[in-house]
Amino acid sequence: MSIRERLSGNEAIATAMRQINPDVFAMFPITPSTEIPQYFAQYVADGKVDTEFICVESEHSSLSACLGAEAAGCRAVTATSSAGLSFMNEVLYVAASSRLPVVLAVSCRALTGPININHDYSDSMAERDSGFIQLYAENNQEVYDNYLMAHRIAEHPDVRLPLMVCEDGFITSHAIENIELEEDAAVKAFVGEYRPENYLLKKENPLAVGPYGVSGYYMEARVAQAHAMMNAKKVILDVAADFEKTFGRSYGFFESYRMEDAELAMVIMGSSAGTAKAAVDELRAEGVKAGLVKIRVFRPFPGEELAQVLSGCKAVAVMDKSEGFSANGGPLYAETAGACFNLEQRPKMVDIVFGLGGRDFTVEAARSVYGRLEQIARTGETGPLYTHMGQREA
Amino acid sequence: MIEIRWHGRGGQGAKTASQLLADAAFMAGKYVQSFPEYGPERSGAPITAYNRISEERCSVHSNIYDPDYVAVVDETLLESVDVTGGLKTSGAIIINSAKSPDELKPHLRGYAGRVCTIDAREISQRNLGAYFPNTPMLAAVVAVSGCVDREQFLKDMEESYRHKFAKKPQVVEGNLKCLREAMDEVRYGA
Amino acid sequence: MKKAAEINEQIPWQEVTVGCEIYEPGTSRLTKTGEWRSRTPEWIREKCKQCLLCAPFCPDASIPVEDGKRGEFDYDHCKGCGICIKACPFNAITWREDA
Repeated sequence: MSIRERLSGNEAIATAMRQINPDVFAMFPITPSTEIPQYFAQYVADGKVDTEFICVESEHSSLSACLGAEAAGCRAVTATSSAGLSFMNEVLYVAASSRLPVVLAVSCRALTGPININHDYSDSMAERDSGFIQLYAENNQEVYDNYLMAHRIAEHPDVRLPLMVCEDGFITSHAIENIELEEDAAVKAFVGEYRPENYLLKKENPLAVGPYGVSGYYMEARVAQAHAMMNAKKVILDVAADFEKTFGRSYGFFESYRMEDAELAMVIMGSSAGTAKAAVDELRAEGVKAGLVKIRVFRPFPGEELAQVLSGCKAVAVMDKSEGFSANGGPLYAETAGACFNLEQRPKMVDIVFGLGGRDFTVEAARSVYGRLEQIARTGETGPLYTHMGQREA
Repeated sequence: MIEIRWHGRGGQGAKTASQLLADAAFMAGKYVQSFPEYGPERSGAPITAYNRISEERCSVHSNIYDPDYVAVVDETLLESVDVTGGLKTSGAIIINSAKSPDELKPHLRGYAGRVCTIDAREISQRNLGAYFPNTPMLAAVVAVSGCVDREQFLKDMEESYRHKFAKKPQVVEGNLKCLREAMDEVRYGA
Repeated sequence: MKKAAEINEQIPWQEVTVGCEIYEPGTSRLTKTGEWRSRTPEWIREKCKQCLLCAPFCPDASIPVEDGKRGEFDYDHCKGCGICIKACPFNAITWREDA
């Protein structure tokens, strides 16, 4: 039986962590850490978990400590945001290439500068090529559900990759909303125990991790890692299928919202997708064939599946909530356009960078995007492919 | 759906008040959102918090620009912040103040809707012996907006206080009196 | 489980271990890193007092100690760093001239 509750995104993640009771939680206790370790510290103090809770001096160290724990055969977790994630950068790659399935909760926030603490995907998108699996969420419920699925995906023998559970900073992390929690025993049964085949001090065959790999090995190691990311696609769907069977909520690589016969579509992520859904509903009521695709899994990127869903559209707007400074559009646009390139019949596609540093995204703003798409579909002219929205203009 | 915007100063508990309102509505079976808008993280700086209360889950996660109700925890904000901006004239503004609605109306930039005041300081001092503006403000917002049924609200809050103050049961009655009296002592302007 | 001896620059990517892990200890025995040495220390037995200061200083564990006495260098793994020469208070270790 689900439990009706109201929690913030951070409380939801901390609750999932308590239910899973990981072996090790290593964390940096000062901003830009999140409230997650703060809530978890209370669980430790109250004896609700028997996790080894380690305070370290930086995010570089918190993830490093997690890697040591994972190599020793433990289930290790941590949480961070913004500049804290950037400071982990070097170790993210070590985690992924060492194939240590640490689960990292990220409250996605802007990077400096100017100095800003609010939401966008500057931090997580900067780490999209680190080798981490990345799951994104529209609201606290999806954050919680993603977290319950995270360890099973990351630890699967065909995958063995670290995983980021991403939530929208403040908009999700600090917003209290209704949520359906699952019972502790049901969560424990679903997530299961972590029993890696090999670990550092295994008596029969002690393990060495992170060796030097000269040119004669590096390419092979990277190809193997790339295949692990490809393997993750099947595992993500398998775990989602079991999740639906167990808890009743359905997840895929992305959510197709009113896409059946959609001609105008938005590709979007996170809480903004919820706001855009309200615009889609309004437009549908007015007879406009609008739809949207909300990306849940950004790594591995579900290119083929996404292209299939978009193939019937006339015009698509890809909504990037991070500025990649490529002078050619944001990361979500690059992935989506690339995925659609080999379609026999492909939609017109533009990129819109929006919502940076907490710039609010409203239902009206979403409607204006569909207005632009309608014009593109009607005239066949895309206009500039790469634009920004929501900024003041001279 | 009812949309409410809170204005306060950092450290005064406007965010907490918005969370308490979400709690009350949640206990009454509603879908709720309570979220702060973070500006400069500094004690005393003006802050804004929001509530959405609805019968179905609300997927919109933008700020609220056209609220049904506005709650002002600190009346000194009336001069510096456009507290009635976008506020629906069919709704109301609820201000923590010892003054009457008529006295404050001229400070509200021509807002044509209903103005309500509540003397949270006096009610809090009388019942709790200290200044906790959140409890009377919460009750006033519930009374004015009708977002939760009065009897249901008082029943849920009693249960919540008995749980929250399990080790200090003597403060439960004061808090409940605070709620009841605040609901009765809201001053409604024209 | 793949043995370290089976890992080499001819195997395909499918056979590289996950994360290049190595599932056994002591695999440096398989690689004679001593071949990379450019200078070689020499143990002068007559001057040696068996104080054993040299052995713990050796970063490559290439000074074997048995029954409380050091023996000849393990030249298969000595990298020729010369730390033992500095550590020895009795000048019982010197650089070999021919190197």
